[in-house]
Amino acid sequence: MKRTQSRALPYLLLAPSLVFLTAIFLLPLVQTIALSFSESGVASLGNYRRMVSDLNFGLALRNTFLLVLVVVPIQLALALGMSVMIEKIGRGRDLVLWVWTIPLGVSDLAAGLVWLAILQDRGYLNSALYGLGLIEGPTAWLTYETPGTLFLGVVLAEIWRATAIVLVILVAGLQLIPKEYREAAEVFGARPWTIFRRITLPLLKPSIQTALILRTVLAFEVFAVVYAIGGTNFPVLVGEAYTWQNANQNTGVAAAYAMLIVVISLAATAIYLRVLRVPAEQQP
Amino acid sequence: MAEITIDGIAKSFGATRALEQIDLTVADGEFVALLGPSGCGKTTLLRIIAGLESATSGRIVIGGRDLTEVPTRRRGLAMVFQNYAVFPHMNVYENVAFGLRMQGADEARIKARVGKATELLHITPYLDRYPAKLSGGQRQRVAVARALAVEPPVLLMDEPLSNLDALLRLEMRAELKAVLREARTTTIYVTHDQTEAMGLADRIAVMHGGRIEQIDRPTAVYERPATTFVGGFVGSPPMNFLPVTIANSRLELPGASLPAPQASGALLMGIRAEDLTPVADGEGLPFDIAVVEPLGAHDLVTGRSGQTLLRVAAPAGSGHKPGTRIGLKPDPKRLVWMDPASGRAIQAQ
Repeated sequence: MKRTQSRALPYLLLAPSLVFLTAIFLLPLVQTIALSFSESGVASLGNYRRMVSDLNFGLALRNTFLLVLVVVPIQLALALGMSVMIEKIGRGRDLVLWVWTIPLGVSDLAAGLVWLAILQDRGYLNSALYGLGLIEGPTAWLTYETPGTLFLGVVLAEIWRATAIVLVILVAGLQLIPKEYREAAEVFGARPWTIFRRITLPLLKPSIQTALILRTVLAFEVFAVVYAIGGTNFPVLVGEAYTWQNANQNTGVAAAYAMLIVVISLAATAIYLRVLRVPAEQQP
Repeated sequence: MAEITIDGIAKSFGATRALEQIDLTVADGEFVALLGPSGCGKTTLLRIIAGLESATSGRIVIGGRDLTEVPTRRRGLAMVFQNYAVFPHMNVYENVAFGLRMQGADEARIKARVGKATELLHITPYLDRYPAKLSGGQRQRVAVARALAVEPPVLLMDEPLSNLDALLRLEMRAELKAVLREARTTTIYVTHDQTEAMGLADRIAVMHGGRIEQIDRPTAVYERPATTFVGGFVGSPPMNFLPVTIANSRLELPGASLPAPQASGALLMGIRAEDLTPVADGEGLPFDIAVVEPLGAHDLVTGRSGQTLLRVAAPAGSGHKPGTRIGLKPDPKRLVWMDPASGRAIQAQ
């Protein structure tokens, strides 16, 4: 009696979370899949056809990938630099880390609005440029006529908003690497850059993998920041899903967009898991 | 190859003094052990020599070159760490080759040196393996091979055997001694294990509270400790210290009269457990037996003489009983006399 009880215990304890996840994650997912593959109750690929043939589809796909490909590597490089710098700080380390992670506490829409306030026609940036005599009056940076600066604005806002999550994961990962490895490398003649490249970076791989998966998946879901800064001037995949769901009242096509994002995210995750894999025998 | 001069090295962490004016010279090819309890400053001193820690004052000179301001990577040393610090993402070959690669050695030279070092440490069958697939003892060998592969003028070792189990430690100790004798590298070896220091070192520097209490050959440190701390720390069981009163330059015991280094007054008589011979009650020092521990090679007998706790190594199977009283006869040639106030040895006249 006691034995069966203790064997069932782990499952009993897991049950609430399983029920919870099934109710709010698995069921909606299955429903979304079903929705995306049906038109007025009949199985069909119509939603996908409509999605692909839409004018904004190619643009949204391109913009989303462009954003991910530009933003994520910059964020990784920045976070690596910042985490190594943080490691060297003795006093005030926590304060610096705290300040650097403030953007984590800001909602993405609010972050977008902050950057809108800076970058819009009569924003802080233009006031400063005007004050310096670099522009003659209110200048638009965020319209569909200025795709370059619009893109740059979104990139800036995304980097400001979401680098900290990469930083936090890397700082935690760095703390797990015993300092003796770096000291040993130093004793045997390695320069700081060599130590970083040949010791720190390889040993940090599991953390880099986690950070990249998390950040990339979230970057493919970018929406609020883009919406706040560029409105519909800069279509992205989630934005299109939103438009089809709300403006066009077409749940089927919105579901198709959602599925596309799920597939892209899964593919990205699979690639990271494979490329940044640390073989068991090489784990510390 | 390289003589090491440690000249007035001091180190403070904030208000705490970790090292007080350390002076130490290690001859070329010599093996010196820094021995002391945790917190005595031995690892800090080793890390200052390596350049991993900076001294508050003083100089480190190796092979005539003042290295005090030279960064670690240009000191040309090798080090074996307590937890080995063998790189987990490199196989044994790459680990051992690491220092040579940093020196920019060509592939042929790397191959030759790695071959020599791994052969010396008996790890040639594991060259392709990663450290996770090795036992603690094998990782230890990789760490030593990595250090010897660069043929360093100076080898620093920080408690290299302390993570091994007792039997393996004994085995590695003997092997390390043979390997290092062959390599003829000047070695500084940090340990808290006095048997390790005794067994390996040419000279032992016993450290306590950020100072070197005594530096001498192992037998001299064991037989003639400079302070009561050294006598108590080196040797197992620790040296016995018995407070005695001297009159007419002699210590009078029942059936024995021992010459003392001062005319009169209080002294501490230091004597090793094996230098006290059990005799019949009424002779020598009166000794009340409390505990008898048969250790195989001898019986360790613990008891009191007056108020003082003494440990005696009696011959195995000598049949002493707890609760009985016997006498103890000290070997007069193996006594050390200590000043009770300073705890320092008094040189016999």
